[in-house]
Amino acid sequence: MKLSYNWLREWVNPGVTAAELTTRITLAGLESDAEPMTGEIPTGVVVGRILKAERHPQADRLQVCEVDAGTGTPLQIVCGAANARAGLNVPCAKVGARLPGGLEIGQAKLRGVESFGMLCSAKELGLSEKSEGLLELDDAATPGTPIEQYLSFADDILNLELTPNRGDCLSVLGLAREVGALYGLPIKRPNIPNAVVEGHAQYKVEIEDLEACPSYAGRVISGLNAKARTPDWMRERLRRSNIRSIHPVVDITNYVLLELGQPMHAFDCDKLCGTVRVRKARAGETLALLNEQTLTLDHGELLIADDSGPLALAGVMGGAASGVGSGTTRIFFESACFAPHAVALTGRRHKLHSDALYRYERGVDPGLQRQALERATQLVLQICGGQVHPVTQAGRTQPEAVSVRLRHARLKQLLGIDIPAKEIEALLSRLGLTLRHEVNNSWLARIPSHRYDLRIEHDLIEEVARLYGYDRIMAKPYAAQLAPTRPAESQRPLARIKDQLVARGWQEAVTLSFVEPRVQAALTPDVIGIPLDNPIAETLAVMRTTLWSGLLGAWLHNHQRQQKRVRLFESGVCFTERDGRIVETARIGGLAAGSARPEQWGTASRGVDFYDVKADVAALLGAAASEYRYEAATHPALHPGRSARILRGEQAVGWIGALHPQVVAQLDLPEAPYVFELDWAAVQDVAVPKAQPLSEFPSSRRDLALVVAETVTAQQIVDVAQQAGGNMLQKVFVFDIYRGKGLGEASKSVALGLIFNDYSRTLTLEEIDAAVTAVTQAAAQKLGAAVRA
Amino acid sequence: MSDPLDELKSRALAEIEAAADARALEQLRVDLLGKKGRVTELLKSLGGMAPDERKAYGERVNRVKEAVAAALEARTQTLAVAAMAQQLAAEAIDVTLPGRGEIPGGLHPVTRTIQRIERLFGELGFATVEGPEIEDDFHNFGALNIPELHPARGMHDTFYVKNGGMVLRTHTSPVQIRTMEALKAAGREPPIRIVCPGRVYRSDSDRTHSPMFHQVEGLYVGENVSFADLQYDLKSFLSRFFEREVEVRFRPSYFPFTEPSSEVDIKDEKGRWLEVLGCGMVHPKVFEAVGIDPERFTGYAFGLGVERFAMLRYGVDDLRDFFNNDLRFLEQFR
Repeated sequence: MKLSYNWLREWVNPGVTAAELTTRITLAGLESDAEPMTGEIPTGVVVGRILKAERHPQADRLQVCEVDAGTGTPLQIVCGAANARAGLNVPCAKVGARLPGGLEIGQAKLRGVESFGMLCSAKELGLSEKSEGLLELDDAATPGTPIEQYLSFADDILNLELTPNRGDCLSVLGLAREVGALYGLPIKRPNIPNAVVEGHAQYKVEIEDLEACPSYAGRVISGLNAKARTPDWMRERLRRSNIRSIHPVVDITNYVLLELGQPMHAFDCDKLCGTVRVRKARAGETLALLNEQTLTLDHGELLIADDSGPLALAGVMGGAASGVGSGTTRIFFESACFAPHAVALTGRRHKLHSDALYRYERGVDPGLQRQALERATQLVLQICGGQVHPVTQAGRTQPEAVSVRLRHARLKQLLGIDIPAKEIEALLSRLGLTLRHEVNNSWLARIPSHRYDLRIEHDLIEEVARLYGYDRIMAKPYAAQLAPTRPAESQRPLARIKDQLVARGWQEAVTLSFVEPRVQAALTPDVIGIPLDNPIAETLAVMRTTLWSGLLGAWLHNHQRQQKRVRLFESGVCFTERDGRIVETARIGGLAAGSARPEQWGTASRGVDFYDVKADVAALLGAAASEYRYEAATHPALHPGRSARILRGEQAVGWIGALHPQVVAQLDLPEAPYVFELDWAAVQDVAVPKAQPLSEFPSSRRDLALVVAETVTAQQIVDVAQQAGGNMLQKVFVFDIYRGKGLGEASKSVALGLIFNDYSRTLTLEEIDAAVTAVTQAAAQKLGAAVRA
Repeated sequence: MSDPLDELKSRALAEIEAAADARALEQLRVDLLGKKGRVTELLKSLGGMAPDERKAYGERVNRVKEAVAAALEARTQTLAVAAMAQQLAAEAIDVTLPGRGEIPGGLHPVTRTIQRIERLFGELGFATVEGPEIEDDFHNFGALNIPELHPARGMHDTFYVKNGGMVLRTHTSPVQIRTMEALKAAGREPPIRIVCPGRVYRSDSDRTHSPMFHQVEGLYVGENVSFADLQYDLKSFLSRFFEREVEVRFRPSYFPFTEPSSEVDIKDEKGRWLEVLGCGMVHPKVFEAVGIDPERFTGYAFGLGVERFAMLRYGVDDLRDFFNNDLRFLEQFR
């Protein structure tokens, strides 16, 4: 909300600059700043009255005006504005005037006619971004009055961004109350007498649900001057709050909204028929709004209706048909209190915004309606004239009184400081609360109707703290009530695993959790994705089912920027649905593309391969790496010959492999990267080490080259050897693979290192030989292996 | 006419000096001092001499023998030193060439910031707790005293899934609720001291808003936990995080789930106030929603934007840099 500081100062004047004021109220919880009304104040511009306007002899679009600028003799000024006409008051820049933007007005000759000045538009005075024609001023303005004085240019605009609980401050009145409380000043209200009722026209008002609309005040005013014009002072105030002048009556409702915080609406009586009802919409009813939108009302929206149907969306926006217009002479004013819940959903459902809705959503003082109606009546009489008819009041005339208990001890407990009782009482009474002493050092506080946000003890404690000053509540050093945890050592911290990957050359990425459906469908076609109901873009429309979706994007971003070697990992949650329930799985995954090593001297360059990534995966599995198996399996996104499902025992925990060539082609990727992904929960734990005694006896190594078919896997050979070797075979590992000369087609030689050891004695040669034989026999039997000659 | 002994000595010494390598030297040693060596032969000839002649001559021969032996030793040393020098020279490498192998990567600045925050609160006994990212309405809003029609919901531009049935959490505050519920379900009572880092989502995207960002929520519930405690803990956290005595300002604000509520501003090096986090005393309605007695226990909660802290700490200007994952950006955080 923007508001003129001059306006506020008429109500309460703290005697400080706008900047000082906004700093003070910001520190009291009303976030705000201020800026001067205009960057540059024009000089030498006065109110001028056009006495005569005649067509320029040489130019159709120009007029030669005679202007009374209070200088005694009228000035001849050539003007191109279409609305220049005799009798009109406009800003007149005299010779020597300086306009915002630096334009200096000199004597000029336009198409052969002398011009002694310039008639100005609002834009030329720096009052608006654009304008049509000359700024028209009130007929009553006195020619020669300096414009900066007439329109009070010396003003600041307060810009308030209030939290939703402080709807009570969304007006000059509300802000004045708050400023008064903070500075300890009384506020000066305008005198609003009840208007003298002359007529007897009345509409019957019926409220269907008092919860939705606790009170409704209405009044007819007839005999309005249809030619009345909103006076300059009001236009300017509205303009400073970014509200355009539309029609005197509409302007008055907006003015009262800004001044008192009460949204109002005016109906043209000629378009009203029968009883005014506040009721819920019936399914299928339609309403054309002031914003030229037509709504179908299917959700029981709260309406103002008459016998012929909907007139307005209560508290949100008026209807196009029933509003006031240029010929309106008889109006029905509405000043109502709608409950936040009754209007908020309507606004949200139909995506409507209005100043009225903004206030009703936050709450409007339920005791304000009658007063606002009288204020609007007063202004209408002042500006448009007319005859006043009696007020129709429906619903409650007086809001229910509310009292809240406040305990001194509770305040002390919550704030951690002891504020003296006298001070508490003084602070709260500044807010208009009346306090009554109760037993046990407590008070019963009577809450004024405009502070509908104060309903519980905490609310009052916050008010005391706020006015007392948060900065005066001394910080109190730790007096910790600790809640120590018992961390399981077997649960490895993710941070440590990340450090390990980092040490091995991986860079952590953080990608968005919502991804492009097309990419994801290619990667995990068989996993149910969770689409967003309201994505911000089509490329960010579904929750990720795999970390690869985001990592692919991150890789491509870098690839397009000449970063061909990429090793990115990410940890985070992936989302899917199982049995109708959303399942979130924490994962850690990575993508490697480009060369295996950073480009360097003395090392042959080669592309990253399966085993490079597998070594890193094994490193992150840590001490439990031997519990895992890599099993050839089919994943829709992975190369069937270059990928593996990773299992821990019988539990599948992840995948590793090259992207499938088809996926590469489908997504138009520059190459096939290697990727891995693991379920974090399944790989996180590693058994707490249990130390084994060290053998004091020497170990023996035997090497064995076994020729097997290509289809036999290293894992099979190691498993068979381990089993056949018995307890004394401590370790089996592959140290070479040979293919080619001397071997048959489709076979390979796998060189095994066998380490034998016993904890209690030195093994004999015979025992070891026997074990090696057992290994070769088992391998021959089970895998068709032959010892390489 | 020179003495043959002197002649032998000087010739031997000359030969030793001329020996080019260890093998030549060894050959000389055998040739001079070996069983049949020239010096040894002289000693053997002593047998046929008169006793007093023998003694004098014998002494002279021994001195020659010693001189030869010393010369051999010295030459051996010299050659060894030379050989070593030669070997070292031959083995010299260009030490300015870079080392080979992998270059370590780095943690994402968001992770780095979260880890630092966790550590600073960890020292105060705050445990790290995480929660789901897709939440139900109750945990994201209802239990946090944000009823359906509350205007605060308009400030959370919420992403919905499952036809509005669930939301992507708009803040990490639901983890507070889940933690308190779990405590209650386990039949335990406060104190609770937790920080909850994680991803949060708001449907807003521009230079200063990302549809996904990170928050760390903090919660401390106990007996007589006060606003003064909150001020101390956050002030000290901020100075520790930024490693300087940060000027901190607590400014009244509004959050539906805390009361009193406060925004916390810090003064930057240029003297401007920057909003860095929101906090307050846990609202009694929140305690009621999870079944904790608000009369017996009080608590404070805070929430901070991780990217905001990372931007201030590391001088990052554009929020989007965090999620583009450009290696040129990420590698600055090694």
